[in-house]
Amino acid sequence: MLPFDFEYYKPETLQEAVELYQYLDQQGKQPMFFSGGTELITLGRIDLAYTEAVIDIKDIAECKVMQVSGDHLLIGSTLTLTQIEEANLFPLLTKTASQVADHSARGKITLGGNICARIFYREAVLPFLLADSQVVIAGTDGGKVVAIHDVFQGELKLKRGEILVQTATESRFIRAPFFSFKRRQQWETGYPLITVAALKIDQEVRVAVSGLCPFPFRSKEVETALNKSGQSAVARVDGALAVLPKPILNDVEGSAEYRLFVLRNLLVDVLAALDGVRIR
Amino acid sequence: MQSHTITLNINEEIHIVAVKAADTLLYTIRGKLGLTGAKPGCLNGDCGACTVNVDGWPMKSCLMLTVEAVGKKVTTIEGLRETPIQQAFVENFAFQCGYCTPGFIMNCHSLIQQHPDADDQTIKEWLESNICRCTSYIEIEKAVKSVLNKK
Repeated sequence: MLPFDFEYYKPETLQEAVELYQYLDQQGKQPMFFSGGTELITLGRIDLAYTEAVIDIKDIAECKVMQVSGDHLLIGSTLTLTQIEEANLFPLLTKTASQVADHSARGKITLGGNICARIFYREAVLPFLLADSQVVIAGTDGGKVVAIHDVFQGELKLKRGEILVQTATESRFIRAPFFSFKRRQQWETGYPLITVAALKIDQEVRVAVSGLCPFPFRSKEVETALNKSGQSAVARVDGALAVLPKPILNDVEGSAEYRLFVLRNLLVDVLAALDGVRIR
Repeated sequence: MQSHTITLNINEEIHIVAVKAADTLLYTIRGKLGLTGAKPGCLNGDCGACTVNVDGWPMKSCLMLTVEAVGKKVTTIEGLRETPIQQAFVENFAFQCGYCTPGFIMNCHSLIQQHPDADDQTIKEWLESNICRCTSYIEIEKAVKSVLNKK
């Protein structure tokens, strides 16, 4: 139950949605794009989110696309994580998304909502960071296609009133060998201690991490260390741990020290799965 | 704030109801329509006690706005009549206090419809969405498997 009410709009086109946002923003209504809406509903209930106008974009055609176009897989931002899992067109995304929240909730949580979430795990972005994907963004100046690396730095840097419409991922990344694991403090649902997603392409291992820092990331420095030839796997992992972004989370889910311990083991698992190394 | 008069399809019946945009489906079906089978628990999408089916899939009704249900087919526990999973819960004594039971049954019902050949991993993945504080998990597992195995 939300302690405030809002106006509800359900535009049918991207242009209409973008224009509505401008109009409602000018009226001071703090409009919010809404797809699955789980974050507005749960954070709004405890006064951590507020809006006077919701713009529900989930039925806009471009946002619901799931198709191969030429050499790219297009995935719409308002598809639910369950829809993406059931179709299983991008196995690394399927695996990573299937670790978010729980199964019923994933029938409501959408890809774009997870990537743009205020709750910072945003695990669904990890496969796209690994695959050098592109994202389609709609705004007042029409649409644009940009590299995810240019707009995702810890969070998706959308301008006010812009909408994440689709992701586009090259098929060679879709087919690449991968690893994805979410290590929790306990049990099998809940927030992660660490989520690691990895894939191997062109003989190099790539890794992206959520839950270690207060933002998900992929780090060139970490990957350079992990791929250093002529070193033992332990030395490579040590090298990766020495160049991590900061700060390391230190909270009720796990201390910074424990998180680093867990990450060390997960990186060993990544090398075992994708590089065939044996340490344990 | 303005109220919206909307049409909902719930348990194969058409309901015309006036709601606020911020009303959750759980609030509306319980408070406005008297369908109190869906239970309020955490109200935060964690416990699954409020689970209903929307277009055949499990949905935590505390995580859905009522206005989002327009054009969808909603089924609540009141809409199930003598289904195999209901009978299986009775036969396997898959509850103690019963508070979580409607949510569990709606989730199991969707699972049986969507994945009649569900393996252990699929069953576990789906049912992790619901919590039973009486810890009747073993009996719930037996109940859902008894229906799946018959299919």
